[in-house]
Amino acid sequence: MLVFMGVIACYLVVALALPLYAILSKSFKNNDGEFVGLANYLEYFNTPSLTYSIQNSLTISIITTLISVTIAFTLAYGLSRSCMRLKGLFKIIALVPILVPSLLPGIALVYLFGRQGLIKELLFGHDIYGPIGIVISEVFFTLPHALIIIMTALSIADARLYEAAQSLNAGKVKTFFTVTLPGARYGLISAGFVVFTLTITDFGAPKVIGGDFNVLATDIYKQVIGQQNFEMGAVVSLILLLPAGVAFTVDRIMQRKQVALLSARAVAYEPKPSTSFDWIMFSWATIVSIFILTILGTCQYAALIKFYPYDLTLSLKNYQFDLMDGGGWESFYNSLELACWTAVIGTVLVFLGAYMVEKGKGFHLGRSLFQFLAMLPMAVPGLVLGLAYIFFFNSPNNPLNFLYHTMAILVISTVTHFYTVAHLTAVTALKQMDPEFESVASSLKTPFYRTFTRITVPVCLPAILDISIYLFVNAMTTVSAVVFLYGPHTSLASVAVLNMDDAGDIAPAAAMGMMIFYTNASVRILHGLLSRGVLRKTQSWRSR
Amino acid sequence: MSQSEPYLKIGNLTKRFGDFTALSDVTLAVFEGEFVCFLGPSGCGKTTLLRAIAGLDIQTYGTVDQAGRDVSSLPPAERDFGIVFQSYALFPNLTIEKNIAYGLENLKQPASKIRDRVAELLQLVGMPEQGKKYPAQLSGGQQQRVALARAIAISPGLLLLDEPLSALDAKVRVKLRHEIKELQRKLGITTIMVTHDQEEALTMADRIVVINNGLIEQVGTPEQIYREPATRFVADFIGSMNFLPATKVSKNKVRIGQLEFSCSDAAGSAEITPDQPVHAAIRPEDILVGDASSNYIDATVDSIEFLGSFVRADLSSPQLDGLILLADFSANRVRSENLSAGSHIRISLPAESLLIYAE
Repeated sequence: MLVFMGVIACYLVVALALPLYAILSKSFKNNDGEFVGLANYLEYFNTPSLTYSIQNSLTISIITTLISVTIAFTLAYGLSRSCMRLKGLFKIIALVPILVPSLLPGIALVYLFGRQGLIKELLFGHDIYGPIGIVISEVFFTLPHALIIIMTALSIADARLYEAAQSLNAGKVKTFFTVTLPGARYGLISAGFVVFTLTITDFGAPKVIGGDFNVLATDIYKQVIGQQNFEMGAVVSLILLLPAGVAFTVDRIMQRKQVALLSARAVAYEPKPSTSFDWIMFSWATIVSIFILTILGTCQYAALIKFYPYDLTLSLKNYQFDLMDGGGWESFYNSLELACWTAVIGTVLVFLGAYMVEKGKGFHLGRSLFQFLAMLPMAVPGLVLGLAYIFFFNSPNNPLNFLYHTMAILVISTVTHFYTVAHLTAVTALKQMDPEFESVASSLKTPFYRTFTRITVPVCLPAILDISIYLFVNAMTTVSAVVFLYGPHTSLASVAVLNMDDAGDIAPAAAMGMMIFYTNASVRILHGLLSRGVLRKTQSWRSR
Repeated sequence: MSQSEPYLKIGNLTKRFGDFTALSDVTLAVFEGEFVCFLGPSGCGKTTLLRAIAGLDIQTYGTVDQAGRDVSSLPPAERDFGIVFQSYALFPNLTIEKNIAYGLENLKQPASKIRDRVAELLQLVGMPEQGKKYPAQLSGGQQQRVALARAIAISPGLLLLDEPLSALDAKVRVKLRHEIKELQRKLGITTIMVTHDQEEALTMADRIVVINNGLIEQVGTPEQIYREPATRFVADFIGSMNFLPATKVSKNKVRIGQLEFSCSDAAGSAEITPDQPVHAAIRPEDILVGDASSNYIDATVDSIEFLGSFVRADLSSPQLDGLILLADFSANRVRSENLSAGSHIRISLPAESLLIYAE
């Protein structure tokens, strides 16, 4: 058992700790690899065009956070506290943005509000390229994440608190401010920090729709890909790491407090019908859904018409990816391959790792260190991880340097990038199991691996399936870490979207983005059917 | 009980969790076929002792010998015991049959033999028809029986029960108490049960080990524990007991208030020197109406509490300097003596029931 744990710990050290050390040391070196102290940092802070991005990044992230959390909260409130119709449908629509790369809303905005946009008049002369476009894209991209967290926070409300408020003659507004809001406050704060982190580290939206408006994430990309200035890329990376790290830490503390609010004796809250309130909430959910569907629909429209705005006939011409730069259909198949490998290898690795941390005995220091390493990826922006991989794996002295530009390094970086959420899902599932299972099994002289395969894995199967779909979907949509790591034969669909958009082939970029959406949506549906089938077969014990 | 070598010997066992000492220097012997209960308040160390015997939490110091073999540092899998937990820990994804067969399948027996053994065990715990169900489909009491069947399936030399009845309803608990005891007697398996429920310990155990603050307070038969509690803690923890501040006068003599009483010299009171302040202790049900013994006083009934088959009375007497005595009288007695609040009665405190403990 210790051997397993050692292997996974080694993986995290090689795939995470050492690359991060590499990027840190790089930021203190010059182009020839000599130590120059803080010289790179001084140069950075003396270049206004670069430091201006800090302010831009913070502004964009704060505005996005306020808008996204407000929409998510009001929507979640309607979904959990009203009796409006079509709740299930609204929820599915609101979660759709998870299935597409963050580049996609930007492309849709170009078609809607760009120079020849369908409804550009609605902007009253403002330019969509820049902060407005970035914020709209990021709201689209972050909404599902905020919604999930706030829905969870609202769903654990204790109905008796509302009954108590009612019996004390508190009005609706007073109840909202004294019961609802305090109950959901940790969820709200947590959602805020998650949205903030996602936005400040996102690179897709500002790349596509940012225009001349620079942010930290695009600066890293430009320094590295545009100017080949790796040292400055490392400096910007570390600056980006700071707010992401702080936000992540605060979020973890909030999540812990939220859990503490959960009382086993709570009585679930059941909303009562109220015509006016239900209609207001229904209209609001409809507006949000129209926003999401418009973005997605515009991309689909863009992908299907021949040559906007001159020839609006429908065709599949834009799906002939082999005729464009960006990697062609091969990049799509590469993405599928990456997603499958990531789902399989990642799930095995994550679940075994979580099992060691949860069920291992003794060796406390080792286990807490492992836990720390498992939480770290969440705080590291994808671009930073990708750049760190260049420094670490592309170094000629590294015996692992043969991995560079291969599918293997893409799998490693993606598994590592999304490790934390998967790990937390696994840990939560394992914690819900009776801790005495292992004691009983050992008293029955059963080796631990047999109990693992016969009891632990089947009982945790729903969580294992969730982890695999999470890793699959994210491997399909991710751009940030892999954009530095793909090789001539390992281009990916999401990277192709980026490159085709860069080259001005926006319609094919939209088409490729939609390919990712079709894939993720079908895999999601397949996963739903599959889990239902598997659950019926193996989890019949769950129903009485 | 056999006079031969004990089946299980625990020697000077100490367990520390960081700075906290959960068990200190525990020495105990359990004989073959015995049913022993570890009894004590929560956090006293009784479960820690059980887990040390099982090897689930290895002790800091000390030895555990089982059947003449030193198992002190062996992992659970290399020891010989079956265990039942308060949560039962039944594998939720396996049927009852598969749960019971779980340990048997490691023994490389033919499938038919396993099937027969499982059927036999289901019969033994009185659930012959339930083998195909899943644990979630059973009641708590039934789950408890399955956990028991699973634990004894591989015929272990020692059965460990960790608060097995605590999660059940009062009625089911009483019924299962009886069933477990019957089963244990039938199989003759050496059994240790951890409980905080004194009634459970008194009705089921051959011997009770009372533990408090990581120390053994007393080891004895239920009768001994109840009749002659060795320490003030045991006297207080088991049953109810009146404690009256008193002074020892001489051997078998104690002064309470203004009166002198004869008392028992059991429970280590011989070591108490005369004139030492002590606590005189007597159980409410040992207080009798009338002057049947020479230890009698006149008392007033302050209040009466009806408790079904008996009545608990608060008694006071000027001779006792205002101390309150609780006394249990049978409902019949109350009727025949026509007792009610305000009645004046003569009560006696039989010398053999009057114990004294150092302060």
